[in-house]
Amino acid sequence: MSKIKVATVWLDGCSGCHMSFLDMDERLLELGSQFDLVFSPLVDFKTYPESVDVALVEGAISSVEDEHKIHHIRKHTKFLLAMGDCAVTGNVPALRNPFGPLPVLQRAYYENASAQPQTPTTFVPALLDKVRPIHEFVKVDMYLPGCPPSADTFYTVLSDLLAGRTPDIASLTRFGA
Amino acid sequence: MIAAVDVKTLVIDGINVSARADQTVLEVARENNINIPTLCHLDGLTDVGACRLCLVETKGSPKLNPACVLKVEEGMEITTTSDRLKHYRQTILEMLFSERNHVCAVCVANGHCELQSMAQDQGLTHVRLPYMNPKLVVDASHERFVSDPNRCILCQRCVRVCAEVEGAHVWDIMGRGIGSLLIADLHQPWGESSCTRCGKCVQVCPTGALTDKSKLGSDHPKYPEFLPNLEAMREGR
Amino acid sequence: MTSEELLQIAESVNAEHEKFDYEVNVCMGTGCMSQHSAKLREALTKEAAASGKRCHVRQTGCMGLCAAGPLVLVEPTETLYGSVHESDAPELILSLGEPPVERLRAHLEDYFHGQQHIVLENSGHIDPEKIDEYIGRDGYAALVKALTEMTPQAVIEQISKSGLRGRGGGGYPTGLKWGTVAKAFGAQKYVICNGDEGDPGAFMDRSVLESDPQRVIEGMAIAAYAVGASKGYVYVRAEYPLAVNRLTVSLREARRRGMLGNNICGTQFAFDIEIRLGAGAFVCGEETALIASIEGLRGQPRPRPPYPAVSGLWGAPTLINNVETFANIAPILRKGAEWYAGIGTEKSKGTKVFALTGKITNTGLVEIPMGMTLREMIFGIGGGVPDGRKFKAVQTGGPSGGCIPEEHLDLAVSYEALISVGSMMGSGGMIVMDDTSCMVNVARFFMEFCMTESCGKCIPCRVGTAQMFDLLTKICDGKASYADLDLLIDLCDVVKNTSLCGLGMTAPNPVLSTLRYFKHEYIEHIENKRCPAGVCACGSGVATEVEVTA
Repeated sequence: MSKIKVATVWLDGCSGCHMSFLDMDERLLELGSQFDLVFSPLVDFKTYPESVDVALVEGAISSVEDEHKIHHIRKHTKFLLAMGDCAVTGNVPALRNPFGPLPVLQRAYYENASAQPQTPTTFVPALLDKVRPIHEFVKVDMYLPGCPPSADTFYTVLSDLLAGRTPDIASLTRFGA
Repeated sequence: MIAAVDVKTLVIDGINVSARADQTVLEVARENNINIPTLCHLDGLTDVGACRLCLVETKGSPKLNPACVLKVEEGMEITTTSDRLKHYRQTILEMLFSERNHVCAVCVANGHCELQSMAQDQGLTHVRLPYMNPKLVVDASHERFVSDPNRCILCQRCVRVCAEVEGAHVWDIMGRGIGSLLIADLHQPWGESSCTRCGKCVQVCPTGALTDKSKLGSDHPKYPEFLPNLEAMREGR
Repeated sequence: MTSEELLQIAESVNAEHEKFDYEVNVCMGTGCMSQHSAKLREALTKEAAASGKRCHVRQTGCMGLCAAGPLVLVEPTETLYGSVHESDAPELILSLGEPPVERLRAHLEDYFHGQQHIVLENSGHIDPEKIDEYIGRDGYAALVKALTEMTPQAVIEQISKSGLRGRGGGGYPTGLKWGTVAKAFGAQKYVICNGDEGDPGAFMDRSVLESDPQRVIEGMAIAAYAVGASKGYVYVRAEYPLAVNRLTVSLREARRRGMLGNNICGTQFAFDIEIRLGAGAFVCGEETALIASIEGLRGQPRPRPPYPAVSGLWGAPTLINNVETFANIAPILRKGAEWYAGIGTEKSKGTKVFALTGKITNTGLVEIPMGMTLREMIFGIGGGVPDGRKFKAVQTGGPSGGCIPEEHLDLAVSYEALISVGSMMGSGGMIVMDDTSCMVNVARFFMEFCMTESCGKCIPCRVGTAQMFDLLTKICDGKASYADLDLLIDLCDVVKNTSLCGLGMTAPNPVLSTLRYFKHEYIEHIENKRCPAGVCACGSGVATEVEVTA
């Protein structure tokens, strides 16, 4: 029997959730024997596989690229888990929502530019008007709030999922945890 | 001479309890270690029945009643938890999270916030409602305190403690509906208001809306339970 | 004041009328005044004086058919003229005693056929600012009778027996309410008249206050006697300046005639009334918010119980009834509870005033016996839908009510019947819609109203109405999914069952009733991004992305 295929995805987040994921330390080895990591910023795969069993998605949807990616991921994933507050609520990336994306660009590419202040027209995807949590775009199967969710939380949730149990998320973590 | 007060017996979540006739269902439930969630209620302040989290079911009545103002009655049967109530409570909390810019991760009250822990208690893992992201201005004009309307849930605890306990009535609400806003005096900067700097409002604020400038990061525990003690001291008991 | 003295006044008023061969009544309600009826009255008065005819030009309150204003009623011939301009005055005066001016006549047999005027019996017939004219039409006979011949208990019994129910919308039995306040313990009690009429399209109370204010004052005085109150308040919207003026004049007149003040009618009974102006908040029509507003506080409702009957204004037992309810009191005492109970249906007695508006030929105020069908009201009295369009729905109950489709038009109007089809009586607004109305957009309109009028105290109403409004906008814009519709339906349930006061509890009704009868329109917006009525600009919304390239 082939092992279940797990992906982790990094959208608009600080990668803190991935760091916390790595903080499982030696327990990663134990869990890792039960699944194949088929796509992740932590490993060197360039394309999202045709079929993934479980995807852990970090980060909010902030740009047209994020939006495109999340639809693609949803299409090729059986069980989608929103990992961390950015994916669940919008969190810190969504702090710009009350005033929109232009002041952000102004700050990043003009006020803080040391040379040639200009708005990038290539390579940088267009920002969405508002930063939104994943579930406003696609169906999400499980929510794991926390900024970031602790390594213990990751361990319990993944162990439960691998064992076919439904973890009691609210007892493990909360917004801002 | 102490006037005789009627005693009533009633059933809360299947448990037989007794109560003085002037008690509310919330008071009696708490005496019996039955937890009914509340955000606007605070011991020592008048009840306003605004947050609707303490709604309970009464047998024989189609209407839900807020436990904080529901007076006990002989033989009444109260249910404090049901799937329906849980759904309503979760939705009300979702409404609060969607209304303003509550970003727990960067909030000074993170870990000491009643809204945050209430969400966890009620099993809320995400907010189905779209975030409204209003543009609100932080008032840091006070030398000791900060008011951040992004984190305000309009429970009016500060309004009540300032008017009823401190007697200053600096805080009140202006506007209405979704445009309601907590203001000092007649919408002056807090620092220029008639604030007595007693800090009671900061202590009773359930979230990070009113905070102490000297507290940093998430080192901001609050002690809203001081009010009954203060009242006892004032009465010389 | 005794009944003999009252009779004397009535006789002298009527003797005054005898002096004239003709009386020319000019409608000076807000509707007709907005069409320059004041100038018309001036012109008529001038012409009348110059003509040498024995005629009297009088200002009156609303005659009902605002659509055909300014209205002039000539008595005793009962000739009704509509859309009269001041330049028509000479011709009109000249015609007195001659055949009527045909080109100005308003032919409204349908409009008045089937109406029964109790609340509006004096509207359009008396000068609202003259108490003696009211007395001339049996005014204050009921108060004198109550004070001199009846015990408070007997008054309450009559009101209970009449079957009168609260006309503000809730339909609570008036006699029961009075009985509760009468029994409540308290040295000081209050009577409040709720004139904070705020439903879109409703103007019944305004019209009563403008046309026959003494009737409301008399009703309040009788209520005060029955429940043991000595002080009354009329809470009326500041947006009704004419009503406020006429009420102010009328209170002064009533005091002058000894109908308010101490020792009314030579008895121990003392009662006076003050006016309180509402500052434009719909929620202040909710009784506990209204009380807070009178107390000088922010107009926010508080949880009930305790009900105002037990603990109301400044904690005292308080009777609070709507303008139209009070306007029904005097005729009930005068003509008897049995008479009143003989009108209407089994559970809804008497008449009800409705404001017919929207896509209807005869816009205006009508008073009909309960039990009349909606079809008779809309297609008989109202003259049907104009411009050859097709009737689609009628909205009753204001923002708390619902939309009733064609299939229920044969429903006999009563409190229960309207609730059974997902709407409610409300205060009497009736907005007719034709096939050019989009029902999703209608629901959105009422939700916007509730959102902006929510006081903001409780969370479900404050945030729920705003979220529902956003979802309805999304549907109208053709950007919604079925998940959005499910969320909307869920929010309706939560807001309805968890809100603090009636505003929030009923705010979802326009959505629920349009979903009940017009769900296909919602689906059309969602599925095909199309508005069947062609009202919403589906799919033409701007893209959500922001252009990054400079």
